Amino acid sequence: MASTTRTLPAAPIKLNKSRRGRLSWRRQAILQACAVLLLFTVLFPVIWVFSVSLDPLSRSRPQGLSIIPPGATLESYVQVLRQPTVNPVTFLTLALNSLKIALGTSLLSVLIGVLAAYAFSRLRFTGRQVLMIGILAVLMLPTVATLAPLFVLLNGIKFTNLPLLGNFNLRDSLLGVGLAIISGLLPFAIWNLKGYLDTIPKDLEEAAWVDGASTNQTFFRVILPLAMPALAVTGFLGFVGGWTEFYFSWQFLTKPGDFTLAMALYQMQGNFQSIPWAQFSAFAILFAIPPAVVYFLAQRFIISGLALGGVKG
Amino acid sequence: MTTGVATQAADRTLGRVGRGGGRRSSRIAYLYLVPALLVMGVITLYPLMYQVWMSFTDYTVTNLRGNAPNWVGLQNYINVLQSSLAIPNFDFVRLILYNIFWALSNVAIHVVLGVSIALLLNTDGLRFKRFYRAVYILPVVIPPLIVATVWTNMYDPDYGAVNLILRGLGGFLGLPATAFNIDWLRQVDNPISFIPLPMAFFAMLVTNTWLGWPLNSVVATGALQSIPRELYEAAEIDGAGPWMKFKTVTLTYLRPAMVPYAMYGFVITFNLFYLAYFMSQGGPLGKTELLVTQAYRLVNGQQLYGVGASFAVIMFFLLLVITLVTNRLARATASYEDL
Repeated sequence: MASTTRTLPAAPIKLNKSRRGRLSWRRQAILQACAVLLLFTVLFPVIWVFSVSLDPLSRSRPQGLSIIPPGATLESYVQVLRQPTVNPVTFLTLALNSLKIALGTSLLSVLIGVLAAYAFSRLRFTGRQVLMIGILAVLMLPTVATLAPLFVLLNGIKFTNLPLLGNFNLRDSLLGVGLAIISGLLPFAIWNLKGYLDTIPKDLEEAAWVDGASTNQTFFRVILPLAMPALAVTGFLGFVGGWTEFYFSWQFLTKPGDFTLAMALYQMQGNFQSIPWAQFSAFAILFAIPPAVVYFLAQRFIISGLALGGVKG
Repeated sequence: MTTGVATQAADRTLGRVGRGGGRRSSRIAYLYLVPALLVMGVITLYPLMYQVWMSFTDYTVTNLRGNAPNWVGLQNYINVLQSSLAIPNFDFVRLILYNIFWALSNVAIHVVLGVSIALLLNTDGLRFKRFYRAVYILPVVIPPLIVATVWTNMYDPDYGAVNLILRGLGGFLGLPATAFNIDWLRQVDNPISFIPLPMAFFAMLVTNTWLGWPLNSVVATGALQSIPRELYEAAEIDGAGPWMKFKTVTLTYLRPAMVPYAMYGFVITFNLFYLAYFMSQGGPLGKTELLVTQAYRLVNGQQLYGVGASFAVIMFFLLLVITLVTNRLARATASYEDL
């Protein structure tokens, strides 16, 4: 009790000092030690995977912990770019397939999504509540939950002896995977964009309306330019989701020429015994770089968008 | 005459703005909705309805050729709920309990760590703050799929970094290297005898903590920076100590930001596919399986499409309950901006 009453008046003085931007060297040292320890835990896996990727391919497992391993070389990167898995496909082929899925699904869902989001956010119409509840209900389901029906339904759309494509099964194609992804991504895009449009003040549109602008003009000239950050964030999230998409592509695709990076990573993990860790690590790094670069370029937008998306559900 | 036209025009404009335009606005709204409704109708709604139909049949891989499956009524549902599926290690009650505990334990750790670290980095006068904040965001940037596979390697009993570090640390204490041949992801015996959780649970908890706290920290930092300084000064004048100030000012401002985010994190972690599928593969003995990974395995591994469909329908109702509960909790502490 006595000790508590003694510390009470002391605390404000200490804080007043710190408010001017000074910390006692002892507290500074303790806090710095905590921060550096955290820094180490955050960076460790990244540094580790980087150092393992430098191992020569002849060494199938890393030997000990060293940032630059003995005999460090980039040959695992060369090997990964030429042929990452046992399948005769290059990294570029896999990356292009992932890119097609990522770009196609994110662009389409943002374009269609923003139209619907505008209607939900600004226009009054019969059935609005019902439709919104419907979208929320779909949003609640994880993508895995629609795997069985999408597989069966897309598998039902097949043609034999097409002029250019030969035999075509929609399920066994990038197009089919893209459709399956959009089925879950579009409700998310609508909801995320609606959440953002709701935060745009109505005064601007009302001013446009008074000036005689139509609903379409208001949308294209006023709302769309203001919603650009939200479009970028939603597009980015869709892009990363598509770039690393696993469930549908692994279930649907059978032709190695259609395989994606995520599938190759899983295959490499499956063939663990035979694949050197250096090759595996180099692949993981090359796979992770594109979303990381985009993220750092658009960091400001994305963090606020993530926080917003989190709050708005 | 001219004034009449003017008021007529004004009436029209005001009517459109004020009353939302009635039928005309409705028609335009549907135009904006047509693309989304068409796409969702064909590739979202129809598959979901088809799923409900499938869940009442014994659809398996043999029916993909076109022969119709048999109607089995509620048998799939009964089998799932009674854990009497013809697949190894399936226990529905354990699955749900584990899944809920997995999400709860992860989110609790994420929030506490995220807030603590945000407080640490919000200390006035701490040097290199910007640098730390920039680096700490790194785990958010790496796709979870890649995180899961890299950590799987790190947990390797022979060559993984985790055991190598422990061996190094143990060497200082005079422990032999053989003491650290821990098979983090596959060890069958529970590490703590009175807690029925396998080693893989703790290993994935560590990985997901690495993955999850930074974003919590970002949200907490945002909330901390929105606290007006005068509140602390006022509390000081009222004679509040550091703990009282933390409780009355800091926590009051953190709660409306963190509670909805924690609810969001709960749902995300509840459905976190990649760690359980890539790292432990649901093992040992199916003890770290989640609903999502089990659903995927029913379709992808076992090719039991009918059972998988009924499993997904049950999952829908479970998630409905969870979403309603979390939304209620989140709304109970609405953010100041919403008030």
